[in-house]
Amino acid sequence: MASAAQSRIKSISYAKYGYIFILPFFIVYCFFQLWPLIYTFILAFKGNQSAGDDFVGFKNFSDLLFSHSYNENDLLSSDKAVKAAARAIMAVDEQHQNFIRCLKNTIVLWFGNFVPQIALSLSLAVWFTDAKLKIPGKGFFKVIMYMPNIITAASIAVLFLQLCADTNYSAATILGRSLGILDDGEFFNMTKNIPSEVVWPPRIIVMFIQTWMWFGNTMIMLMSGIMGINPSLFEAASIDGASSGQTFVKITVPLLSPILVYTVITSMIGGLQMFDMPYLFTTSKEGARIDNIETIAVYIYDKFHSGAIEPSYGYSGAASVVLFLITAILGAIIFRINRDEDEHRKKKERKELIKQQKSKNKQFGGLSI
Amino acid sequence: MSKMKATYGDTQDNYTRSLKIKSGIIFVWLIILTIICLLPIYILILNATRSHGEIISMTGLGSLFVPSSHLAENIKNLSTKTSEDFSLMIGYKNSLTITVCSTFLTVFFSAMTAYGIRVYDFKLKDAAYTAILLVMMVPVQVTSAGFVKFMINLHLTNSFIPLIIPAVAAPAVVYFMVSYLKSSFSQAIVEAARIDGCSEFRTFLQIAIPMMKPAIAVQAIFAFIASWNNFYTPNMILIDPNKGGTTNLRTLPMMLGILQSSQKTADYGMIYTCIALGIIPIIIAYICLSKFIIAGVALGGVKE
Repeated sequence: MASAAQSRIKSISYAKYGYIFILPFFIVYCFFQLWPLIYTFILAFKGNQSAGDDFVGFKNFSDLLFSHSYNENDLLSSDKAVKAAARAIMAVDEQHQNFIRCLKNTIVLWFGNFVPQIALSLSLAVWFTDAKLKIPGKGFFKVIMYMPNIITAASIAVLFLQLCADTNYSAATILGRSLGILDDGEFFNMTKNIPSEVVWPPRIIVMFIQTWMWFGNTMIMLMSGIMGINPSLFEAASIDGASSGQTFVKITVPLLSPILVYTVITSMIGGLQMFDMPYLFTTSKEGARIDNIETIAVYIYDKFHSGAIEPSYGYSGAASVVLFLITAILGAIIFRINRDEDEHRKKKERKELIKQQKSKNKQFGGLSI
Repeated sequence: MSKMKATYGDTQDNYTRSLKIKSGIIFVWLIILTIICLLPIYILILNATRSHGEIISMTGLGSLFVPSSHLAENIKNLSTKTSEDFSLMIGYKNSLTITVCSTFLTVFFSAMTAYGIRVYDFKLKDAAYTAILLVMMVPVQVTSAGFVKFMINLHLTNSFIPLIIPAVAAPAVVYFMVSYLKSSFSQAIVEAARIDGCSEFRTFLQIAIPMMKPAIAVQAIFAFIASWNNFYTPNMILIDPNKGGTTNLRTLPMMLGILQSSQKTADYGMIYTCIALGIIPIIIAYICLSKFIIAGVALGGVKE
């Protein structure tokens, strides 16, 4: 039997409060995130630099994604019109090559930090959660290994530039020399006259830093995933005489796969956004650029950032749209994996709601008579 | 019988011995990883105690691992070095202003949004929650071109407003708080409060918020760290950080960038000291709060 007050409260609609509570979030979201997103899409179809207000259709996309051939002889042609046309095509082709280079760098850098990172964190997570192994100080190791993740990425970039990048005075060179691995600091020389010649040293440094920063985070996430697996499965396996390798392949990996996929994809989305490290590395020393670690995020930033030159919002927007599409596809994969379970639960909830509704109706029916 | 026992004992001995060896090898490997994790920070702190001359004349391993005595001098040089671009104190002040304000906005409004979605029934409830889940993964970089152009149109660049106000909308934090409310907040409490004549906002402020404290604490720590470490957004919004020479709006990470890019004229000891002063507060905070932080990371993993 509901009291009078209770039923009166039930009869009041509180729906408007729901809207009031979520209103600030959605206002700010629309103003500072949704509209900029739409605006970026609009900018992707507009011109660059001084032609920023012209609508150019898919030109920015075709400029960035496809190569443009021109006859090199035309560049030397005496006909001014032919020469200018060839020059224009060459400039566009340069944009395309820059974009593809940045995309490639992003993928290489992501791959090079993700593979060691997942190997390291998966093995550590398995060891830390293995009840049979007696490892002292687990808590201490976890705290230390997560620590690089909370330190300002910009500070870490500058720190590693100091530690590695300078040819003669850096700690890495001194360490290498005294261990007899390096003769001189040439390996870490990142500021050669031709930036495209310096390929692997800066990339390896960036990959190392990324691994160093993120393996603790991945390890803790995987650990919580492994601890979510029913421990009786591990017990059963060990009673049946499974070796730790067999347990890992036949139990841990299959049951962990949703979290593994989640880790891979969030790491890919994070990798696509890699900015601080490559940016500070590429712009560190008086204009010397390191082409082989310039990522897509740095490309986007460079294009719209209004420094001395006029910003190219069109190219920046088009590159953002490409990045958005890649992220959306990756996000859709996570959604698909998580969906099954969620939908199942929702269906259950819905059924229960309908049941409750029905029983309520019955009650009301009884009362009204 | 006794023979069997002996065999069994033997295998068990073998088994425990091999486990012990394995644990030992793993322990050594963990120590090596710990050293790798700490070495750069250790060298950073040691180099912060050296003068420029000492750093560029170092040769052997021995000198690399011995502290020197120029720390006070470096700090003094840093604090007196105030050009219009670089000033350590102003960097701290700017970073702290932005971080404290945006952390407060993030946790308060996320708690409010999560509460609205969890407690009330309204038509657009499911749509709103799905929208929040969908936008959770849009990277900042994707919206940044439009964001900057929009802010330029509104004349809001070179101010802290675009760095602080957007913190109100943090989809991932809302998602976390909704999950928290689902697991540990009962609708009956709200109804009880209503019967006692408590207004809706008072219920939220005086009953729900204290009950959400654990979730709020974890998210506040993460929001604080993320905002303190943010380099991308300030660097993008503060196009002219000196506003024509009157003020300096740069945050601490931007100050570091300045110090690094003017490297040829700079003092290496000062650079190391500046990095150390930037990250040591956060390391100390981390060590104090590490329990919560690691528990928070683990929660994030399970929730997905």
